[in-house]
Amino acid sequence: MEQRSTRWALGAWTTLVILFLWLPLGLIMVYAFNKSNIQSWPIPGFTTHWFRVAWDASEVRTAIWLSVRAALLATGTALVLGSAAAFAIARFRFFGRETVSFLLVLPIALPGIITGMALNSFFVFNHINLSLTTIVIGHSTFCVVLVYNNVLARLRRSSPSLLEASADLGADGWQTFRFVIWPVVSTALVAGGLLAFALSFDEVVVTFFTAGAQNTLPLLILGYIRLGQQLPIVNAIAFVMILLTVIPVALAQRLMRDTGVVARGTAK
Amino acid sequence: MLLLAPPLLAFGFVYLASLVALFISSFWTVNPFTTEIERIWNIDNYRTIWESGAYRSIALRTIGIAAAVTLTDAVLAFPLGYFMARIASGRSRTFLFVAVLLPLWSSYLIRVYIWRLILNEDGVLNWTLGKVGLPHIHIAYTNWAVWIVFSYVWLPFMILPVFGALERVPHSLIEASRDLGAGGFQTFRRVVLPLALPGVIAGSIFTFSLTLGDYVTPLLAGGHPGTQFIGNVVYSSVGISNNVPFAAAFASIPLVVMAVYLLIARRLGAFEAM
Repeated sequence: MEQRSTRWALGAWTTLVILFLWLPLGLIMVYAFNKSNIQSWPIPGFTTHWFRVAWDASEVRTAIWLSVRAALLATGTALVLGSAAAFAIARFRFFGRETVSFLLVLPIALPGIITGMALNSFFVFNHINLSLTTIVIGHSTFCVVLVYNNVLARLRRSSPSLLEASADLGADGWQTFRFVIWPVVSTALVAGGLLAFALSFDEVVVTFFTAGAQNTLPLLILGYIRLGQQLPIVNAIAFVMILLTVIPVALAQRLMRDTGVVARGTAK
Repeated sequence: MLLLAPPLLAFGFVYLASLVALFISSFWTVNPFTTEIERIWNIDNYRTIWESGAYRSIALRTIGIAAAVTLTDAVLAFPLGYFMARIASGRSRTFLFVAVLLPLWSSYLIRVYIWRLILNEDGVLNWTLGKVGLPHIHIAYTNWAVWIVFSYVWLPFMILPVFGALERVPHSLIEASRDLGAGGFQTFRRVVLPLALPGVIAGSIFTFSLTLGDYVTPLLAGGHPGTQFIGNVVYSSVGISNNVPFAAAFASIPLVVMAVYLLIARRLGAFEAM
């Protein structure tokens, strides 16, 4: 075993790195209550005024609503296509199987800017107007991968003999699905869906190229930060967003506890 | 199930066709007067990038900072991963795991933005330095800031695979090494490190490629021509000057660099550690 001094040093290093990760997040939580609209430290006093302002800003509401719709639609698309792809790859051998599994991972392996630019050129070239639909298509590329990875990992760990046993015991296709497959994959689907939603809701790089003139919440925030405007609103939104991401991720982590899939395949 | 094949294929087709079209368009040029794309095969875009000192230094800055970020994250992550895998246990390990995972999933944009507040002239960093009697530092909106912010946002991507690899080092190998008379350092260098290396390389794929392709952090943490990345040139080529062929040609640099990197990583066994 490691010597006592080594263990102590490793523990100290770990504490420092965890603080490095979390102090900035704690800081933004404090800034959200900044009384002044100048973002210097220390803040002169506390107020909850900016939450009200953020909530009343119609720009912010429109952006949130667009982001929610885009994330829901992209998640829905990802759940259907991602799980279908995972089933196909896990259960069947077919021509081009390796190619398909490689293609599916491409959107997270390639830098987002390339995916964004490629889709943008495709839409412009085919005279497709940039809209909610194009945002959803852009987000689906990487959301599909998340669901696919989660479901595939689950299917690989479940034994195919379960299906054979089910058939031997006289179950039909629907019963096998309902009583054997569904219990195996349902939590993987929920976890994959939550992660897809979180990622879509937060995405900027691809969205910039597929959104046109509309603002999703991250695009709106990006604009505010660049121009140095409305920073108190940005702080208030940041506070809420950090709290909101904690919930789905903690849930997904719980559901996928045994596989560690949450940590995997997240390279947007 | 078969009903789902058409949409899936259509999806793959759109995506793949877009990528191929992009690659082809990098061999075309935009007429500077009409701003129309002229479909005449040439390598002018690549020549411009190669011959222009400005584009070359942007490419070198991008690759250099990506390498520096990767190295920084590896140094920060390794002892932490070691502590998580081999010393912490039970609840404290779960706690650390969640503590690393949550920042990864909280808004990327917000995490970049926070560092503007920290590194500003009148931000937390200079306030702290002033309190302990040190002089202020002026790194806001410089390449130093870009390096710090990237290292911050991608750190969890390095910690998780390093932890995974270290956790898989069999305890019996370490005991065997001890039994054969190796000291603590020797065991670490000859047994633990080689087995954990694929984890570090797996993490480096994330930190390196994410930095190579990014434009938001250089924009927000830097924000002037001296901090531009390849991504920023691509972003403004598409968004402002509407020169997709040139953007496509410049974007091929991170793509080629990543392809080479992935080939090397696969040789070193990083894919099993992901």
